[in-house]
Amino acid sequence: MKIGVITYPGTLDDRDAQRAIRLAGGTPVPLWHADDDLKKVDAVVLPGGFSYGDYLRCGAIAAQAPATKEVIRLAGQGLPVLGICNGFQILVESHLLPGGLIRNEKQHFVCKDQKLRVENNQTSWTNMFEKDEEILIPLKNGEGGYIASDETLKMLEAENLITFRYLDGNPNGSLNDIAGLTNKRGNVVGLMPHPEHAVEPGFGPDTKTAMRSGIDGLKFFQSVLQQVVNA
Amino acid sequence: MLGKKKLEPSGVDTTAMATTEPEREQPWQELGLKQDEYEEIKNILGRRPTSSELAMYSVMWSEHCSYKSSKIYLRQFGEKVTPEMNKYLMVGMGENAGVVDIGEGLAVTFKVESHNHPSYIEPFQGAATGVGGIVRDILSMGARPIAVMDQLRFGAPTNPDTARVVHGVVDGISFYGNCLGLPNIGGETVFDSVYQGNPLVNALSIGSMKHEDLQLAKASNPGDLVILFGARTGADGIGGVSVLASETFESTGPTKRPAVQVGDPFAEKVLIECCLELFHSGVVAGIQDLGGAGISCATSELASNGGKGMRVQLKNVLLRDESLTPEEILMSESQERMCAVVPKKKLKEFEKIVQKWEVEYSVLGDVIDEDRLYINWGHEEIVNVPPRTVAHDGPIYERPVKLPKYQKALNKDSSSGLARAKNASELASQLMELIATPNQADKSWITAQYDKYVGGNTALSMPDDSGMIRVSEESGLGVALATDANGKYAYLNPYEGARLALAEAYRNVAVTGALPRAVTNCLNFGSPENPEVMWQFKEATAGLADACLELGIPVTGGNVSFYNQSGDIAIYPTPVVGVLGVIDDVARRIPSGWQDDGNNIYLLGETFDELDGSAWAKDLHDHLGGQPPKLDLAKEKLLAELLHGASIQGLIESAHDLSEGGLGIAVLEASLRFNVGARIWLGDILDRDQIDQTAALFSESQSRVLVTVGREDDVKFQALCEARGVPCLRIGVTDSTSGLVEIKDVADLKLEDIRTSWSGVMSELFG
Repeated sequence: MKIGVITYPGTLDDRDAQRAIRLAGGTPVPLWHADDDLKKVDAVVLPGGFSYGDYLRCGAIAAQAPATKEVIRLAGQGLPVLGICNGFQILVESHLLPGGLIRNEKQHFVCKDQKLRVENNQTSWTNMFEKDEEILIPLKNGEGGYIASDETLKMLEAENLITFRYLDGNPNGSLNDIAGLTNKRGNVVGLMPHPEHAVEPGFGPDTKTAMRSGIDGLKFFQSVLQQVVNA
Repeated sequence: MLGKKKLEPSGVDTTAMATTEPEREQPWQELGLKQDEYEEIKNILGRRPTSSELAMYSVMWSEHCSYKSSKIYLRQFGEKVTPEMNKYLMVGMGENAGVVDIGEGLAVTFKVESHNHPSYIEPFQGAATGVGGIVRDILSMGARPIAVMDQLRFGAPTNPDTARVVHGVVDGISFYGNCLGLPNIGGETVFDSVYQGNPLVNALSIGSMKHEDLQLAKASNPGDLVILFGARTGADGIGGVSVLASETFESTGPTKRPAVQVGDPFAEKVLIECCLELFHSGVVAGIQDLGGAGISCATSELASNGGKGMRVQLKNVLLRDESLTPEEILMSESQERMCAVVPKKKLKEFEKIVQKWEVEYSVLGDVIDEDRLYINWGHEEIVNVPPRTVAHDGPIYERPVKLPKYQKALNKDSSSGLARAKNASELASQLMELIATPNQADKSWITAQYDKYVGGNTALSMPDDSGMIRVSEESGLGVALATDANGKYAYLNPYEGARLALAEAYRNVAVTGALPRAVTNCLNFGSPENPEVMWQFKEATAGLADACLELGIPVTGGNVSFYNQSGDIAIYPTPVVGVLGVIDDVARRIPSGWQDDGNNIYLLGETFDELDGSAWAKDLHDHLGGQPPKLDLAKEKLLAELLHGASIQGLIESAHDLSEGGLGIAVLEASLRFNVGARIWLGDILDRDQIDQTAALFSESQSRVLVTVGREDDVKFQALCEARGVPCLRIGVTDSTSGLVEIKDVADLKLEDIRTSWSGVMSELFG
């Protein structure tokens, strides 16, 4: 099972995403932004970071990269795509997901362990979760405030496209506590928090039982592997 | 400046003109040179320097680059060593950073450096470029940077200017470090009015590599090309090195402060990946980062280190600003630049890699078999010097030293006269007051602005005692890093203060289960021209070198920052000491707080009535005097060995070092870590150590650690302590259900109340 991870100039969490895929049982395939050959992967992850130094707008330049254009094309055919943090920003800039992401309400970068509720477990990347399951994964962003028009928000709510919502406090001022979204087909998911940082005991968030033992992020990658197997 | 471009080439001062016009007036004083230093330059060259040569010498002979006042003292870090200590040292002092063998064919390189003065003038860019600079030092050793830490000292939290500096510095570190993808795994934040006009911003970076990937900054093969790559050269920080490092912050008088450098972390991130690919492809024969003194430093050091010469065409430098003069180009401190020495036949391969990363480059010249650095501006020669005289043979001073006038009175003024709590409720309110002082309060307002997760290898970070990073994913091999400095202790006694800083960092590494292996330092002091400051420096360096010898761990490199003062007021001597430890498997690391219910809490080490220089004296009574706590490094070593042994046997559930604020603060911190309470009794400490409750709670006696042990391991653990001769006293039990920290005969404190007072302080002060 091959899952591609695109590296743009300024991408930071690409090796982490590759590790997460490996730990979930898949085969990570490094992809390069300038190359429109996605190497026949079964799914793609757009990892976190500061592609192109966040110049212009976060994700705006990366949205124009040859690899991204191919992702957009194949997403239309059902290729599972996960955008994490900067990857979510790229998906929004690519119009695969609606709305926009702006500077955090408190103006500071914030890195913390964040509780989320899985609102939609019918997507390629969430099918291993229970509906309304509460999970804990790291959040780290400077521009994670989700915004959208009232009309879009209504549509997102009505069609159950809000995949994750922040619990126990909204860390960045996102409207409707939105942490992540999916598209109508359920193959594209974008979120600000980082599932790839909660996949290995010893290096994830603290839990009630042990330091850094949280691995709630693993199910994102297991979900897509399971779906591809069943497909 | 208008029309400057139109000037005929003859407008530039050339070596020919230096001979034909020997009497030309030169601004050597404005450039920070002393009369005898200027005469020495003329002696070396046999003529007056050209303006470009003068620029180079002035910046390279500045305190910041030449270590001219500190060199005679820094030597002892290389002299007070045993062969055993150097067993793991692959590269020692003098290179960009020291390199330490950690086993399995892997090595790490680490270093801490100051960016104090720029961070006061322009906190955001000053701090950001401080991170950028130290990361390039690590990169230039051939290593992949894997983490950063920062050591911060700010003025009084209530002073309105402090917020400006705090916000700027934290934003700058956060902006640059996060954007580079380097986890921030720890550091220190201290507030004291002595740093009001001169905050300290030290930044540490660590990198890892395979032994064979080691790179050195030298140009030793004639014919090799000298290539500048990365960002273009602009007018950033021109003269920054010499002027910023030699001026104090007088509020009046002419300003010589040039623009602080401006950082672009995106450019640096790309440069890191590009350099690592260059290294792994074997196309680079030598590499040097461009930091202070820019091209002047990189060319002269590469040539001098390789024992060769170099011919450079300065017109080949890619510029951001075409109006720059050759002198300015030589001195520019534009960030995110590297200088590589590349064999001619590897040029094509080099070009292919830098083009992949869209990094700009230009060939400046080549290495020559001659003891000469020639720099041309077009067809005219503007520099013709022996490289060693610029890079390494700068002046060395033995500056006068004098015991400070105030020292005797200061040491006599002990804390013994301060009022102690008269009853249990006073004692409890002192403890609650202390945990809510800015120096003891929760620092997550700062650390939450730093990415601690990126890379997926962070095994420990704030608020644990050390940062810890996994280096090998296969075996779990990793390193622990802690830095410490107690300026108050060093002010009371600089010799002991430096030893105490080392001991605390050593202990902070030991409590994680790692074995301390190597040391770095950043020595922040006032003006070396003040004999009293120089005395502090002499004492502190001797203390640190002696203590390293006693603990058997070598200094691998470091940095000196002088002129940290505003007006005549120098900062406390602040020798920041970093200790690196090695752990065979990071899965074995020990947290700093307790999480399980019903574990026994042990206090290791003895408590004496030592409140001089303590947080209790300074932050509760505004008193600083007497002598810092006594330190017996043999005990410190025993303690570290015990912790290592116990962690290998899996006997310890948590371990927290006792330092500022003593046992009282340590108990609260260990409870807050996982929100698990405890029942503590002090009676046995009072009996055994013959002290009162105030000393038991607030004394800062050294070589003490709080550990928790599961009941099933109790007997084994006590036997281990006895066998090793480490004093061990059971002082409590963890309690996960009560929500209380009960200190018998003192108070029952609600965890919720402690957390509220502790965690709200920073956001209340800084928004």
